[in-house]
Amino acid sequence: MKHIKTIKTRDLCESAKNGGCGECQTSCQSACKTSCGIANQSCENKNK
Amino acid sequence: MIHQYKLNGYNIVLDVCSGSVHVVDDVGYDAIAAYESTDRDLLLSQLLDKYEDEGVTAEEIAECLGQIEGLKQSGKLFSPDTFEPMAPELKNRSSGVIKALCLHVSHACNLTCSYCFAGQGRYHGKSALMSFEVGRRALDFLIENSGSRRNLEVDFFGGEPLLNFEVVKQLVSYARSVEKQHNKNFRFTLTTNGVDIDDDVIEFANREMSNVVLSLDGRKEVHDRFRVDAAGRGSYDVIVPKFQKLVQARGGKQYYMRGTFTHHNPDFLEDIKAMLDLGFTELSMEPVVCAPDSPSTLTEEDKPIVYKQYEDLAKLMISRRKEGRPFTFYHYMIDLQGGPCIYKRISGCGSGTEYMAVTPQGDLYPCHQFVGEERFRLGNVRDGVTNTAARDEFAACNVYAREECRNCWARLYCAGGCAANAYHSTGSVSGVYAYGCDLFRKRLECAIMAEIDRIYSEDEDSDN
Repeated sequence: MKHIKTIKTRDLCESAKNGGCGECQTSCQSACKTSCGIANQSCENKNK
Repeated sequence: MIHQYKLNGYNIVLDVCSGSVHVVDDVGYDAIAAYESTDRDLLLSQLLDKYEDEGVTAEEIAECLGQIEGLKQSGKLFSPDTFEPMAPELKNRSSGVIKALCLHVSHACNLTCSYCFAGQGRYHGKSALMSFEVGRRALDFLIENSGSRRNLEVDFFGGEPLLNFEVVKQLVSYARSVEKQHNKNFRFTLTTNGVDIDDDVIEFANREMSNVVLSLDGRKEVHDRFRVDAAGRGSYDVIVPKFQKLVQARGGKQYYMRGTFTHHNPDFLEDIKAMLDLGFTELSMEPVVCAPDSPSTLTEEDKPIVYKQYEDLAKLMISRRKEGRPFTFYHYMIDLQGGPCIYKRISGCGSGTEYMAVTPQGDLYPCHQFVGEERFRLGNVRDGVTNTAARDEFAACNVYAREECRNCWARLYCAGGCAANAYHSTGSVSGVYAYGCDLFRKRLECAIMAEIDRIYSEDEDSDN
């Protein structure tokens, strides 16, 4: 019996290796303009 | 650090530092909660006491504990935070690189919304429109300071930017004429109250704007409470048909209907539904940002109502998706597999460093919410950033700069929060706007739950 189901997610430790290209959108430069969330932003790194 | 919660029938465990998301049964939920603080044999007997009557055996509990240990060993549970030394890295690496500007092409507005953080568009100064020369210099400043960054974002903002539409068109035309030679790609956004939208605006916006943000608060009576013209007349009846025409002509390109909710309508789900009834499907609804003594400010009493709206909104999203009538809520868009890398998650929002606002006179501020705060004026588009002390204050903002963030399970989803909200609520850009954080965490719980439900639905579809 499986008690724990793990959802596929981006491994954040792994993302340190090729991360930080800076091509992604500025944090609040879209719909909200009054709060900061980055969960809804896409990674634009072509070498990840 | 882990965070556990139950919502809409799901038991959810987040492993904060690895970014792992687990869906667990009740035994697993309780086992994880006590795992790090309880001896294994004691935990096993405690769980057996609790779940034996439900037919759970000691072998099954032992198996569950084994799964937890396996996840811990593989770095997906109880993973440590080893990222702090990397927090300044992204900003150091891209030091001085600016990739986005908020162009305040108009410090004037044809509405007089009393809840406006920009003081009816004038940002506590005089009405003004940006000249083409200032705007062109701002675009050149962005190109000159963007290093190897290819995608450059420019938001036409205000006040109401359509009061200076001719300059907006000229600036877009100028940017298009120079972007290729500099190997840049401009992505424009227009944020408008809709009053001046006409066929010319629609054609232009749908051709040139990557994103259009349209201000609508939802129900007519809610919208018209604040969003009125100088004579006090509500703008709903004027703008809704224009928004509908623009969105219909947009042909699927990105847009957001963006509403604000206040103390007067904490039941904002009704406003989301009103937007849906009008045919809009890309939605954003933001808590008001205003002075603490304003009658519009959200209160502690509003908070449970707002939480309930967020939960019900997630459930509505799920049910409409299953009915084949999906819609998007900006804060519930979450990409668990393709989201931002760790550098982005810990390095703060970028205001004052990679993102700045430009006033009609060409003055630079850390972001649109700081415009008019003289202490934060960074410089201007002709001379660049000269107030390096203020810039450095923003450069130091990251997830680890605030004690409250260090201990917050949501820190890698908000990157340390909004410096403007922090400043306006605490007097310091490195403070914490606690109320906003509470709402953020609630939204995040709902967003992850809704995404799990979507993934499960897809799995079911592929199994059938």
